[in-house]
Amino acid sequence: MNIGSYTLLVARSTGSLGWWPRAGIAAAAAVLLWWAARGSQVSFGELAKGLPWIADFLSRMFPPNWAFLDKLVQPAIETIQIAIWGTLLAVILALPVCFLAARNLTPNMAVYHAVRQVLNITRGINEIILALVFVAAVGLGPFPGVLALAVHGAGMLGKFFSESIEEIDQGPIEALRSTGAGPIQIIIFGVLPQVITAWIAVVLYRFETNLRQATVLGMVGAGGIGFELVGSMKLFQYQDTATCILVIIVMVMAADTMSTQLRARIQQGSR
Amino acid sequence: MIRIRGLTKRYGAFDALKGIDLDVAPGAFLVVLGPSGAGKSTLLRCINRLTPPTEGDIHVDGQPTNDGAASLRRLRCSVAMIFQHYNVVPRLSVQKNVLTGRLGSVPSLLSWLQVFPRADVAIARECLRRVELEDKAELRTDTLSGGQKQRVGIARALAQQPKVILADEPVASLDPKTSRTVLTYLKQASHELGITVVCNLHQIDYAREFGERIVGVSSGRIVFDGTPDRLTDDVLRCIYPGLAENGNAAAPAPAIETHAPRLRDFALEEA
Repeated sequence: MNIGSYTLLVARSTGSLGWWPRAGIAAAAAVLLWWAARGSQVSFGELAKGLPWIADFLSRMFPPNWAFLDKLVQPAIETIQIAIWGTLLAVILALPVCFLAARNLTPNMAVYHAVRQVLNITRGINEIILALVFVAAVGLGPFPGVLALAVHGAGMLGKFFSESIEEIDQGPIEALRSTGAGPIQIIIFGVLPQVITAWIAVVLYRFETNLRQATVLGMVGAGGIGFELVGSMKLFQYQDTATCILVIIVMVMAADTMSTQLRARIQQGSR
Repeated sequence: MIRIRGLTKRYGAFDALKGIDLDVAPGAFLVVLGPSGAGKSTLLRCINRLTPPTEGDIHVDGQPTNDGAASLRRLRCSVAMIFQHYNVVPRLSVQKNVLTGRLGSVPSLLSWLQVFPRADVAIARECLRRVELEDKAELRTDTLSGGQKQRVGIARALAQQPKVILADEPVASLDPKTSRTVLTYLKQASHELGITVVCNLHQIDYAREFGERIVGVSSGRIVFDGTPDRLTDDVLRCIYPGLAENGNAAAPAPAIETHAPRLRDFALEEA
């Protein structure tokens, strides 16, 4: 189609119906978006009307209360401690089951599907929900946060661990089998050397995610810096809130940089 | 040493092996010759039960073979295997790869903790000396060349102190010069140690050079059994059907076999 000195290059629709199927798809998409916008009450008009309030909120946060930093050191350290144990327990939970959830090592397909479903369930429940459950079970404090991260992380790590097992070269496994090695010997001498770098990279990524999650777990009373964040907002101390948010951003950025660099180094080393 | 009666292996409707009867004397160096897809690999893998046979009996060293865990382990301890793609564990050291040949004989629990009896480490060293790789013992196996990796594979097989070595196309991925070196190491070691060797090959020249007895296999049946000097052109035509009819049509091996064209040229020169 020529528009002045320009040409519209769109593939000609095939079939006898011409452009009508495409017009139908476009109309259906428009209806879907309108329906979703109605349900979620997306309204740019409301956003525009709210802008002054957002500006007001931000101005109350400014300047951040630097004196509040002193009170944040302890919760920030606690957040890191929660993330460390959340990651470690997740690894410990995921390790024994990941071999059962790998198609090439599982003893039978019933076990494979059962373990996969368990991993899907633990991964499917959000950390905050898990934290609420564990707070109810073991009381307020950082430990329910650790448990929440461990359970959700085990689901994620188990899935990634087993997927990297499925990608390994089967040749060495067969060779070890033919030497008369037992199943655990095959895992230790044939599987682990092949997956260990991939696993470390995933664990580092999980630690980074856990640190990010640990900053919000405090909102439901599961310890860490999120507790201070919510507390300061409830007391309308928005300058303290700003300090909290800045500390969280710095922590997440630091964790991201460190784990990215470590993972890059490990992957280089594996070549 | 090996006694096979009525061995049949069926994959769905396809018969890979059709009633194989074969006896191998102790200390023999037997070459199984045949085109790709003739059933050579299946025959070897049935002997150590990496592939369970459909029908037939196999006795190794007077013992019937079956799928019970204990008897399978006993069988595989005394029957070592060498693979076309070496199947060494890339990230382990050369020495540890050879030590994996001892996994069937060392205490399991200690081996999980990477602890090996001194006597077994000495055996591994001795086997590395036999293939002249003792100076590479500490290197990571993925730093070695193809021929060196296969020598590690031979050392691993010897470390089992087996009664039988099954070599499945041990030189199919190697250049001619390296192939001769590797086959020489295998033949020398097995002669000196009195190990029975069953070696699959598809190269007629190596079969003539190294085989003491040659068994020709074609479409799942034994079509020739005799000494290398009885391997005449008529016999070769029987092992490689269609070989002499037309130079271009005669392609006994599919393209994945890198040495297949070489083999065909050689066979045609002979014919």
